[in-house]
Amino acid sequence: MTRPLKARVLPGFGLTIGCTLFYLSFIVLIPFAGLFLKGVAIGPTEFWQAISGTRAVASYRITLGSAFAAATLNAFAGLLIAWILVRYRFPGRRLVDALVDLPFALPAAVGGIALTAVFGPRGWVGRIAYPLGIQTAYSRIGLLLAVTFVGLPYVVRSVQPVLEDLPPEIEEAAHTLGATRWQTFAHAILPVLTPAILSGFALALARGIGEYGAVIFISGNIPLQTEVTSLVIAIKLDQYDYAGAAAVALVMLAAAFVLLLAINVLQAWSRAYQVR
Amino acid sequence: MPTRSAEHSAGSAPAAADPRAASPWLGRLLIALGLAYLGVVLLLPLLAIFSEALSKGWLAYLTAIGDREARVAISLTLLSAAIAVPANLVFGVMAAWAITKFEFRGKSLLLTLIDLPFSVSPVIGGLVFVLLYGARGWLGPWLEAHDIQIVFAKPGIVLATIFVTLPFVVRELVPLMQAQTAADEEAAFSLGATGWQIFRHVTLPNVKWALLYGVILCNARAMGEFGAASVVSGYIRGSTVTLPLHIEIVFNDYNAAGAFACATLLTLTALATLVLKTWVEARGRGARRAALAVGALPVQAAPRPARSGA
Repeated sequence: MTRPLKARVLPGFGLTIGCTLFYLSFIVLIPFAGLFLKGVAIGPTEFWQAISGTRAVASYRITLGSAFAAATLNAFAGLLIAWILVRYRFPGRRLVDALVDLPFALPAAVGGIALTAVFGPRGWVGRIAYPLGIQTAYSRIGLLLAVTFVGLPYVVRSVQPVLEDLPPEIEEAAHTLGATRWQTFAHAILPVLTPAILSGFALALARGIGEYGAVIFISGNIPLQTEVTSLVIAIKLDQYDYAGAAAVALVMLAAAFVLLLAINVLQAWSRAYQVR
Repeated sequence: MPTRSAEHSAGSAPAAADPRAASPWLGRLLIALGLAYLGVVLLLPLLAIFSEALSKGWLAYLTAIGDREARVAISLTLLSAAIAVPANLVFGVMAAWAITKFEFRGKSLLLTLIDLPFSVSPVIGGLVFVLLYGARGWLGPWLEAHDIQIVFAKPGIVLATIFVTLPFVVRELVPLMQAQTAADEEAAFSLGATGWQIFRHVTLPNVKWALLYGVILCNARAMGEFGAASVVSGYIRGSTVTLPLHIEIVFNDYNAAGAFACATLLTLTALATLVLKTWVEARGRGARRAALAVGALPVQAAPRPARSGA
């Protein structure tokens, strides 16, 4: 809805936009301009060398792969959890509903060491898994667990409101027309939920790509195997390789921008299905 | 986005008799599957924190959190949250006012910039400050000449915390304020109210729950920030180590029980955040629904503002 009358009737535009831009310049704009300048200053050859190193390239694959796998897992699990929270009444439902947001509220580093405690060789799950030959920590499974943990709430929270507002007529009509329960779900409900699922998937993916705190404790940080791109940047910084760190950071930034664009499109699409 | 969750569980339970109600065994199976997943991924780690923390007994627990370095870390964490949260609150309100009450060019670019801290790795959030203020950064020589240290010192930690928590308040306010018309504010203005009076008496009552929600999330993130802080901290023990960084140090020293003891403090904060958040959502949902319903109408048709005491 456009409201042409809104144009500058109210006071305070100069003050608020001035303060906003000033603050944003200091916290975001100037620091990121510094990052871009650093990327430009190191020259194309060195830039390419920094971003195409063996460890860096392996880390892109590992980061994207684990984030993608975790977001996919969370898309299915998130749909299931949103479904049971909206459609069923069971004891402790509200507690579960609140608990879903735990990965938002719990510091990533705490999540990381907690996962290590459960899935490490002496942990409650690790004690069972290790003798079976499944290494649940300091491995790709550990990495996947950490990324899955931090991305868990996104799909649940994007699907839940759409599912709640789903008009009952859709299912009633399908039922009246003789559709089985599965047909109703697959052909009447799922298409409506798809934009929300994808939007949650993209958010979880974005979070997974940038995840650091939860990952470094449980992934084992094995170069070429479980070393994520954030860690590659941190290591380059520790070695005072500022140029290399900036170059790899710019690659991540470009990836983040592409995802951000996708998320905005998906959310607009998702909102179109959400009846207020 | 956490925004959406403000609307869930509105109590619109499907009636038991309608065709949507699945067969009981399928329902039980789905519930069991969902709860099993949450149990393994969320509940076990949560319980493990407390179990590990107390594995060496209460005395060891109290020693770990009463340790001098732990206390310094706690106070630094509280200090950076105490600066970052109010700063981002004021910024969030200002930005939301400018974005939702006025039309101007470059608005979507502005929103993208505000979202940036959400979409980049926190490590990059720390890196940009090192590149700018570090000894070999763009402003490094100048800062050194004036004997100012930002990176590997407390100001760096505070800056990094402000950076990662910047979007929380704005992101809660903007969608809500966009959904409301400016009619009330314009009426107040035509009656001679100043900008501050309009904000204080007309806008704020409509957005206070969203504002509080944003502040709660902002605070939770500020207290728990790890990636950005670890890059700018320099890990100077007893000086630039925040609580999450202290946990890392202790954990890597093979003192798991000590690390988990300190982690319980942040976990309890997170649980308190969840409780507070759920409460605010419940309070805010009615106000939000009413505000959105009224906001959708061209003419003021329902009593609106006196919701605060409901």
